[in-house]
Amino acid sequence: MFGLLNNSNLFQWIEKLINFFNSIFFILLLVALSFALIISPPDYLQGDSVRIMYVHVPAAWIGLASYTCIAFLSILNFVFKIKNFSLVTKSIAPIGLLFTCIAIITGSLWGRPTWGTFWAWDARITSMLFLAFFYFLFIIINKFIKDDTKANKISSIVAIIGLVNIPIIKYSVDWFNTLHQPASIKITGTSTIHSSMLLPLFLMFLVLILYCALIFLMKYKTEIIKIKKKNLKR
Amino acid sequence: MLTKKVKKRASLLSISLIISFLAIFVILQSLKNNILYFKSPSDIKKNQELDFSKKIRVGGMVKKNSLIVQENEIKFVITDFKNELQVSYSGTVPNLFSEEKGVVAEGKLQDKKFFIAERILAKHDENYMPPELKEIMKKNAK
Repeated sequence: MFGLLNNSNLFQWIEKLINFFNSIFFILLLVALSFALIISPPDYLQGDSVRIMYVHVPAAWIGLASYTCIAFLSILNFVFKIKNFSLVTKSIAPIGLLFTCIAIITGSLWGRPTWGTFWAWDARITSMLFLAFFYFLFIIINKFIKDDTKANKISSIVAIIGLVNIPIIKYSVDWFNTLHQPASIKITGTSTIHSSMLLPLFLMFLVLILYCALIFLMKYKTEIIKIKKKNLKR
Repeated sequence: MLTKKVKKRASLLSISLIISFLAIFVILQSLKNNILYFKSPSDIKKNQELDFSKKIRVGGMVKKNSLIVQENEIKFVITDFKNELQVSYSGTVPNLFSEEKGVVAEGKLQDKKFFIAERILAKHDENYMPPELKEIMKKNAK
């Protein structure tokens, strides 16, 4: 039940991983931040405000990626009823919401000096807001529906519905006229960001991913503890 | 291996996902004009039912050598390399606003050739040129 048989084993692994990530996180953070804030050159057009990109872009990527994770795990959970996946999705959701909000807020701060406005109801920004809303809904459902199986079912359905939003966010800048500029880093083809700016971008991405993993493992640990406690009570 | 229930759920889910993707696609297609953040000068030229009392946004490039800065008025021409629109504006412009750069102007049309802007937004791009414009340019080059 709940794969609890190997959970004590898993538990030790999680502890080890948390310790390992903790030990390298701050060093990597310092390296990445010094690259992002000091070593990398300012933009020819925007000057130093381009440095917002080093937080904004990774945060948006993580927001999208973790939602996609949640949605696919929810599909598996919905079809095969694998209970452990609901613990994983529950642990990912707060991180995703946090990074989506960071992407929206830093984007807003970046928009002011470059575009001349904090907010625009263009397709990219509005669909990003929808993403945050789906995260919020997912978390709220898991928090306020007391019956676990029911909460799992409803929240996974919500997560799957929200999956439709992901390609809209990705391609909104290509499909519609938006104020937001199109993607600079493409899956195929060359990126339009100079390599001296690409390096700090990927470093920051690495660091933020590491931070996500850290928070995820901590949250996952508490979820396992919660379930163990519930079983004891019975 | 797969039980009947699992198969049922899987097929239900895949069918509903396909339907929802199609539905969203159709909705987006039909709403496309409302989702567009700005119109291009060509859109305005083509459009027969323009409402001159309504605020709209026009986007494009600031034409080379068209920017005239006077005491309390800025005049420039928005172009998508096929059609042009004369814009008049008084107020502050964003830092990135300059000639041969992307711009979005919010305001009212006076007629099909003249636009009075109340707000200017800069549309920045590390390629100097938004792809929408590039596409329009490509089309016009043919």
